[in-house]
Amino acid sequence: MKLTTMREAIERHVPSGSMVLLGAQLEPMIPFSAGHEIIRQGRRDLTLVGPISDILFDQMIGAGCVARVMAAWVGNVSAGVGYCFRRAAEQSIPRRIEVVDYSNFTLALALHSAAMGAPFMPTYATLGSDLLKKNGNLREFPSPVNEERLVAVRALRPDVAIVHVQRADSEGNAHLWGSLGVAVDGARAARKVIVVAEEIVEPAVIASDPNRTLIPGFLVAAVIHEPWGAHPSPVQGYYGRDHAFFAEYHEETRTLEGFERWLTRWVVRPQSRHEYMSQLGEARAEKLGVKEHAFAAPADFGY
Amino acid sequence: MAVRSETDLAARGFTLSELMIAAAAREINDGELVFVGMRLPMLAFLVARRTHAPAAIGLFENGVIRATPSPELLYTMADPPNLRAATECGQMLDVMGLLQQGRVHVGFLGAAEVDRFGNLNTTWGHRDRELRRLPGSGGACDIACLARRTVVLLVHDRSRLCERVSHITSPGYGSGNGWRRAQGLPDDSGPSAVITTLGVLRFRLDGEAYLASVHPGISVEEVLSNTGWTLRVSDELVETIPPDTEELRVMRELDPNHFWTR
Repeated sequence: MKLTTMREAIERHVPSGSMVLLGAQLEPMIPFSAGHEIIRQGRRDLTLVGPISDILFDQMIGAGCVARVMAAWVGNVSAGVGYCFRRAAEQSIPRRIEVVDYSNFTLALALHSAAMGAPFMPTYATLGSDLLKKNGNLREFPSPVNEERLVAVRALRPDVAIVHVQRADSEGNAHLWGSLGVAVDGARAARKVIVVAEEIVEPAVIASDPNRTLIPGFLVAAVIHEPWGAHPSPVQGYYGRDHAFFAEYHEETRTLEGFERWLTRWVVRPQSRHEYMSQLGEARAEKLGVKEHAFAAPADFGY
Repeated sequence: MAVRSETDLAARGFTLSELMIAAAAREINDGELVFVGMRLPMLAFLVARRTHAPAAIGLFENGVIRATPSPELLYTMADPPNLRAATECGQMLDVMGLLQQGRVHVGFLGAAEVDRFGNLNTTWGHRDRELRRLPGSGGACDIACLARRTVVLLVHDRSRLCERVSHITSPGYGSGNGWRRAQGLPDDSGPSAVITTLGVLRFRLDGEAYLASVHPGISVEEVLSNTGWTLRVSDELVETIPPDTEELRVMRELDPNHFWTR
């Protein structure tokens, strides 16, 4: 039985020292509830992998869970700066972190390479940049088929990928749609996958549309039913982006004390996503809800 | 300085952001594939689509492709209105693949610092002589390496327009003549314009920036004294063409509360 609680899934599959892929779809469907549970369980020395992950990386860095970040962009998409990231990178507060700078494309290729079972993928991206000089996983080499110079992007295999999806069955076969980012490769690159779903549905619902099954259940170690688990990031068809929440986070975390207050209020005190949502309030949740549904036309798999 | 020009522009019936968005929109030709960033470039793309470039196609690095403008103002490229009725919602590698093939005509970038040869830094910046960790590349390095043209938007001051960036997050023309080719970057790629709060810079064949236009009410001396190197000035220097009635109408319809165009 793969269906479990967030607490159990993190306890079992995300030990300290893990390399964790989060935020594979970029701005939407960021697994905030999983990140918050990782913070509550006091995990340490994690390596975070993801193209951007918006303010989730900032929070986990601020909470002291992180030793290393391998990302293209770390901050607050609404406001630019992530103050915890900056404090850690500039002043080693609350601890020193190593930052391995990628571009979006090269991070996607690192995961694609692992997903393909290849040692690296070639690209022209980052030639001439200081990313190429400073990131040891990007290596220049002469092309074996012509006179060109290329960059080899070394495969990156996370210990665990945590992917938020719209719906899954209890075996982890998952439907996701909208912006996909690096989720498909990420789930194949990782040694283990944790699927966090807005809805758990009957296997027949998933099987009715196999093209939308972007994560097959046999790759999945745990499935969690966690409605609103991606708030304040959006989930297409379920809720919109809570822009104000990102702006409030920006204002409230300028100082270390401000961040600690924020963390107590939104992560430490609420013991579950349910308690977090009670604190957010029904009125605010309702405002973020879908105003007008727009269902795709059904695809006929008949024969 | 910025305040004076803002007041000056307000008297002319538009804001500085609106002027920059109109200038950015004109960098897009009809039918082109455009790597759209967020904030001002997003509005510039929508303005171009609704005015002179109705067949331009927008690519977003999360994998979304749109041939029609989103029905609502966006704060991020993955906001639900940008995905509904999109041309395609794919993977990041789908759009990055088009970029690497050389099929993307123009990409828009912001930056903390840009230098004489159009190199950008968004990794480690300087503020009050202290090193500041900035968010990083995102897709900027990829776009700067691989798009046929890149257009940069930023605030114009001496610390941001510097002689040489301390960290090349996104390569421009490096140190000039032939540098991109020597690095192995594709021919027919590189920065084409830097739209600042004071004017528009373009690049000569040797890769060095020059002042191509100044915004209304701004003097050449003001631009030069706010630039961290001796900026060359075009013999055919013009005034940046202000947004026309139609461009302003579209911008104000898309951003009625002036969230992006203050």
